[in-house]
Amino acid sequence: MISLLALRELRSLFAMPSTWFVLAVLQFIFTWFFLEILQTFLDIQPQLAQLANAPGVTATVASPLFNMVALLLMMLVPMYTMRLIAEERRNQTLALLLSAPLSNRHIVLGKFFGLLIFMLILMAGVPLMLCSLALGTNLDQGLLFSNMLGLLLLTASYIAVGLYVSALTSQPVIAAIGTLAVLVGLWLADIAAADENSSLHLISPLYHFRNFNSGLLDSADAAYFVIFTAMFLLLAMQRLHNNRRYG
Amino acid sequence: MSNATSSDYQTTGPANQSTGQCSGDITLSARNLTRSFGNRQVIHNVSLEIRRGEVLGLLGHNGAGKSTTLQMLTGCLLPDDAEKNESSIAICGIDLLHHPVQAKAHIGYLPETPPLYRELSVNDYLIFAARLRGIKSAAVADALAQTRQRCGLETVGNKIIGTLSKGYQQRIGIAQAIIHRPSLIVLDEPTVGLDPTQIRDIRHLIRELGNSSSVILSTHLLGEVESVCDRVEIMQHGKLIYGDTSEHMQRQGSVSGFIISLRNPPALGELENITGVSSVEQLSATQFRVLHAPDVNPGDTLLQLSAQHNWQLEQLTPLQATLEEVFVKITSEEQASADLARTGEKQ
Repeated sequence: MISLLALRELRSLFAMPSTWFVLAVLQFIFTWFFLEILQTFLDIQPQLAQLANAPGVTATVASPLFNMVALLLMMLVPMYTMRLIAEERRNQTLALLLSAPLSNRHIVLGKFFGLLIFMLILMAGVPLMLCSLALGTNLDQGLLFSNMLGLLLLTASYIAVGLYVSALTSQPVIAAIGTLAVLVGLWLADIAAADENSSLHLISPLYHFRNFNSGLLDSADAAYFVIFTAMFLLLAMQRLHNNRRYG
Repeated sequence: MSNATSSDYQTTGPANQSTGQCSGDITLSARNLTRSFGNRQVIHNVSLEIRRGEVLGLLGHNGAGKSTTLQMLTGCLLPDDAEKNESSIAICGIDLLHHPVQAKAHIGYLPETPPLYRELSVNDYLIFAARLRGIKSAAVADALAQTRQRCGLETVGNKIIGTLSKGYQQRIGIAQAIIHRPSLIVLDEPTVGLDPTQIRDIRHLIRELGNSSSVILSTHLLGEVESVCDRVEIMQHGKLIYGDTSEHMQRQGSVSGFIISLRNPPALGELENITGVSSVEQLSATQFRVLHAPDVNPGDTLLQLSAQHNWQLEQLTPLQATLEEVFVKITSEEQASADLARTGEKQ
């Protein structure tokens, strides 16, 4: 049932012309940024060669690129999560799901995985571009892996927030702005806290992503993302229940 | 996770695609449904029961609480005291409030606005709806072909739903509600927005569905109830105020009389003198409203006289009671009996 709902979500997304437009524009932005960083790397390569223990191509090119994608996600995810439940409610298609033999868990997880797969397709170009570098040099596969894992967890947590906010309203625009506010708020909490040991850092997904970004796999960071995602998914399920209860 | 849930449904293969069929005779039994929005109570103690093969019309004005009741019957809304076990809804004997997933497999629901994903094609959408209700993929093609044929959607299978007319969209809405052959079909104003031919086709379809399943439909059109329903429940201000077979209800509300138009009309007095006629009112130069006692029908006499005296009868239409009139009659009777009871108590 979950896969059925996820597939429906994907089918609807790819049936819309706007999806293909976003896909094209994003590939263009990613590629541009990639070539820009690559050019910078080639320019400073002679100087790097003189350093002892110099950062390699993966650290100089891949890490900034993944970091940029992580920042873009903050704006990208609300654009897609706003549709998930708010639009179904506005178009009154939610009744189909509510009257079908499904539990709230199926509805929420179906939508979550559907959009997660879509976002991964949207970002698939980034690791592929980086892999193309393997033709000319040796890549640090460990760093690439930790970045990809970090990005996956970050996307999942953002989608969970967006899904919950989308479940709160019947106006997709409010869902989008609300999600953006939460995500930017969490980001600001991280960069605005001056103190290195401030606990404000800990609540921000981007702070935890930074370790993945620099190639550090810490189970605490992974646990943070899993708990964060699960919490918002549970809240969304509860919200759907309250939807039946309070109308 | 998905495998575990789909095994709950009883579909096994193409031969048995009747997911929603249950053996019991009573497909829906709802007891003491009450529902408030905020402080305003919109549904008061509604109880309903439907047998297999019955078409029940839920009749009422806009805002009477029909849609809210249907939403509760399909599990989209919970009754107020769902936790306290004061109200109950059983679909084919399965408790909807405590085992919603199993119970909902027997329901097909068309809400007021058809729940359509406008960006999908008709086929994709109906296949999704069928799989959602637990039809196995092997049986989906059969169910799809049959449903499209029943709802007149053969020619539009590959069209995008958003590009189709309102009438087609309404039919797709009905198609998604019946594709899994549920025991209980709930239709909220199914003929709104359709043209007269489509309305006739849909009513025919509903009648047909009523042979194998139970159907509840809500409407504010009396004609709809007359043509398709076996039984009527009238709803007003969130209460069921009257329930009976639809023939009985028509008799309740019917006015004995007809409208006639004569191209060469006689004097008013001549019409009034026909046996059985109680009063005649002239509507225009050629049209008259003739009222008569309910037990004698002067129609035959009138026809004979018209032929004898060359009145040139053009039209003879029995008077139809409007929902308004039935309402007024039924509600005033309710009121009167309540008053009577009260005065009786005083004495």
